Amino acid sequence: MAVPTSQKGPSAVTQKLVVIGNGMAGARTVEEILARNGDFAVTMFGDEPYGNYNRIMLSNLLAGVETEEGIFLNDLAWYRDNGITLNAGVKIERIDAAAKTVHDSNGVATPYDKLIIATGSYSWTPPMKNVHNPKRGYHQGVFAFRTLDDTRGMIRYARDHERAVVIGGGLLGLEAARGLQNHVSHVTLLHAMGHLMERQLDPKAGQMLQASVEGKLGIKVITNAMTTEILGKDRVTGVKLADGTVIECDVVVIAAGIRPNTEMVANSGLPVERGIVVDDQMRVEGQSDIYSVGECAQHRGSLYGLVAPLWDQAKVLADHITGTTDVAYTGSKLHTKLKVAGIDVASMGLIAPEHDEDEVIVYNEPKKGVYKQLIIREDVLVGATLVGDNSKAASLIQHFDRGTPLPEERSELIFDIGGPAGEQSPEEMPDDTQVCNCNGVSKGAICGVVAGGCGTVSGVMDKTRAGKGCGTCKPLVQRIVEWANGGAAEEDPAASWYVPGVPMPKPELMAAIRKYELKSVSSVFAKLVPGQKEDAKSKMGLASLLKMMWADEYVDERDARFINDRVHANIQRDGTFSVVPQMKGGVTTPAQLRKIAEVAEKYDVPMVKLTGGQRIDLLGVPKEQLPAMWADLDMPSGYAYAKSFRTVKTCVGSDFCRFGVGDSTALGIAIEERFQGLEGPGKMKLAVTGCPRNCAEAYVKDLGVVAIDGGRWEIYVGGAAGAHIRKGDLLATVDSAEEVIRLTGRFLQYYRENANWLERTYSFVPRIGIDRIREIVIDDADGIAAALDAAVEEAVQAYKDPWKERAEPATPGQFRTSLPLTVLPQVPVRS
Amino acid sequence: MTIAAVAKTILGPLSDIPFGEGRTYAVGDDMIAIFRLRDGSLRAVSAVCPHKGGPLADGQIDNSVVVCPLHLFAWDLSTGCSQSGQPSIDVYPVRVDDGQIVLGE
Ligand SMILES: Cc1cc2nc3c(=O)[nH]c(=O)nc-3n(C[C@H](O)[C@H](O)[C@H](O)COP(=O)(O)OP(=O)(O)OC[C@H]3O[C@@H](n4cnc5c(N)ncnc54)[C@H](O)[C@@H]3O)c2cc1C
Ligand code: HEM
Ligand code: SF4
Ligand code: SF4
Repeated sequence: MAVPTSQKGPSAVTQKLVVIGNGMAGARTVEEILARNGDFAVTMFGDEPYGNYNRIMLSNLLAGVETEEGIFLNDLAWYRDNGITLNAGVKIERIDAAAKTVHDSNGVATPYDKLIIATGSYSWTPPMKNVHNPKRGYHQGVFAFRTLDDTRGMIRYARDHERAVVIGGGLLGLEAARGLQNHVSHVTLLHAMGHLMERQLDPKAGQMLQASVEGKLGIKVITNAMTTEILGKDRVTGVKLADGTVIECDVVVIAAGIRPNTEMVANSGLPVERGIVVDDQMRVEGQSDIYSVGECAQHRGSLYGLVAPLWDQAKVLADHITGTTDVAYTGSKLHTKLKVAGIDVASMGLIAPEHDEDEVIVYNEPKKGVYKQLIIREDVLVGATLVGDNSKAASLIQHFDRGTPLPEERSELIFDIGGPAGEQSPEEMPDDTQVCNCNGVSKGAICGVVAGGCGTVSGVMDKTRAGKGCGTCKPLVQRIVEWANGGAAEEDPAASWYVPGVPMPKPELMAAIRKYELKSVSSVFAKLVPGQKEDAKSKMGLASLLKMMWADEYVDERDARFINDRVHANIQRDGTFSVVPQMKGGVTTPAQLRKIAEVAEKYDVPMVKLTGGQRIDLLGVPKEQLPAMWADLDMPSGYAYAKSFRTVKTCVGSDFCRFGVGDSTALGIAIEERFQGLEGPGKMKLAVTGCPRNCAEAYVKDLGVVAIDGGRWEIYVGGAAGAHIRKGDLLATVDSAEEVIRLTGRFLQYYRENANWLERTYSFVPRIGIDRIREIVIDDADGIAAALDAAVEEAVQAYKDPWKERAEPATPGQFRTSLPLTVLPQVPVRS
Repeated sequence: MTIAAVAKTILGPLSDIPFGEGRTYAVGDDMIAIFRLRDGSLRAVSAVCPHKGGPLADGQIDNSVVVCPLHLFAWDLSTGCSQSGQPSIDVYPVRVDDGQIVLGE
């Protein structure tokens, strides 16, 4: 069947590209070429009478969890829409490289300018008596497991039979055995070697897998089982092993290995060893116009039997054939992570140590069927085998692929110790799992965007808003994007930028701002962004940075502020605002309470609420009422809306508490007095507590101070108790309240200058490392302590209570309502 | 994109809107957010965010998009199209005439 099409109408210069093999590698390569706008008239030949389907899914088809329609990757419409002539069910029998033509089974010759050979592999049949039937290929009841037709035949036949034997205890054989259980009641797996999956697993792991396959799945496994004969006259009745054992059965599936389809190519005079020999550009050796890709290709002596390497090959081939010639495929590091017949297995690199110095780490828990082995050479992971628990597979694969430094504590490589709950692997998550709980984004939605061509983490986050709420899910979003991308997310230069719209990391950005003396947000866009393009989502971060750098000299453009900072209040879900007056250290007075109560009544405030930061929140206030309320309250702003210093929670401390060893309220008030309103890259929430009982939760604050016996104070930094929970790291223990205040200022200033936009201290502190922070802030190893102290002092002096900005609006309509909370003055409609 | 029809209406002086900000106007039954871009031009879009009803005029803008202040979804100010898979917002013709903001053709 041919599907001739030529919507594009090839021009005179369009080259003829012929592809032999319409399988996973062939079709993917064509997709990659199309994605690069390659100008070719494409003709594909495929021995199988279908479009391209996902061969991997044949296991699922056999297991009954996938339908035939569900496994097609490219249906006939795809070929038509892309102007590709597909000859499905047509085999190429000869390549004439001199005449640049291919000859097919219908006797037709097709000329080419460029040729791609992607013939894949066939299922290898070990020598056994009676396996073939001269009339019909295999004996009746004997099947290979390679194609859709094989799988269909197997399902049809197995349905009416009871006992199956699978020959081959590798990945494929295990999948076949598992799938067949869906159709027959007895499955026996025969493996010629000493243990299962001997290419990927060491003997221990193989035995562990066997125990699980037998115990959990009920598949009988016989190792060291060399099958010598298929029994039965006109259909299978059993198999015979070398030791004479006979196993009765009525279905036999052969999954004993694959061999590349190279015969036709070799007969055509092209270089074939174990596979078709290709160079680093995927060109067949000695041929400038013939490429080969996929399982049939032999690259630097290696053949590959998994799809991941094929994707890499396809990209290089597509680059090269479309004119990007400085590309090279240098081979793939193989790793497998899968559920073999329902059991987690991962394997990468070496399966046994090779040198005496190789470090081998083994964990073995037979009762649970868990086995883990790592092989480390010169602090690089060179091999790993996991059975029964793949929770650490993703991170091990990363270490293996990238050769990244390994943790000192090797046990962290094989267990999750004390860290966040075990990482769920994206692979195992159902599509409808909600990944981002703030914005309700599912795994499926993320994968959909990746499939739609968006390969970067930030791109996916922009499109789906996943990870843009509290941000806890960001690492998981990243893992899903990497997984959906088939390994690694695309390099995302923007990930290191301070804000998305200015292409610079924070240190460079600050240097440029200083060099050009850029004091307003618009001047940053004009000077530092190619094309002078403004970016709404970058304005707030830039405003914060410029204000920190220039203090009084900062040119404050109001549009650079987020609405909260324009009106000094926190916008609520209905467009109203909340008013939180300052209440230093959470200490108030009857007079202050009375005033708040009066204001709340006067303005009919819908809700009065105590905040987690120990103050009072008046919620549901219309924008236009804000200035009048501030005037009536006549209290300073509590800054409960800005990326800034928020509150200092305190406990009652030594003044009243019978356990108290330090005056936590006085110190808390003093700290808040000094650093009130200090803006930064993220919120800064503090606490001071009067003894280690920690009633003010100081261990989980951006900066928390704990009084200890003997008049001393401990300072913790980098704590959090929001969506992310982290105990702060001990920065220092000091003798006086003054010293606490000094170090608080110095740490906060170091954070302000060096943290990324919206990076809270709980990520900042571990990123820099508490030891390094201690060096800088306490020991002054970099000699910048005085500068930090001076900078924070300048910022403290620049403090102005924003709620004083109320007599006159700072901009026209600053407090005009933006939504019809109240009826707006109507503009008369004239026509 | 939906360019909504609206009768010609003078909304008020241009100086009502600071550069780079937006203000809401009620025109008949419609709530319309007018933005004054930093390049000097005006854009008019429906004032209510189709996601959760946020006040778009309180959002931050650049020369192409407005970002809703509630959940930070973005819409193109010229076409009304969402950049993040949300429904579109209406856009209206708007211009300056003699220092006045004029909505409609
Ligand atoms: C059941 C099963 C499960 C698998 N599971 C996994 C898995 O979980 N993970 C993984 O990474 N890999 C898996 N694989 C392996 C993966 O499917 C292969 O690596 C991949 O399909 C190889 O792609 P290819 O294009 O090189 O070969 P193929 O997909 O085999 O495509 C080659 C095509 O060329 C055609 N052809 C051959 N000769 C000619 C000719 N002369 N003329 C015309 N057409 C020709 C063939 O008919 C075939 O359609 C699995 C394979 C099977 C069978
Ligand atoms: C999932 C995300 C969030 C978590 C887990 C969280 C958690 C907290 C906690 C634990 C407190 C108490 C602080 C303290 O004791 O000092 C608090 C206070 C507060 N939060 Fe959140 N918060 C989140 C998001 C937000 C958002 C998005 C806003 C508003 C935009 C917000 C506004 C406030 C306010 C106004 C207070 C009172 C702070 C104060 O009194 O200074 N929070 N939050
Ligand atoms: S950003 Fe995504 S969802 Fe937030 S709670 Fe959320 S998990 Fe957090
Ligand atoms: S932290 Fe200690 S001092 Fe403070 S209230 Fe609790 S017990 Fe008392």
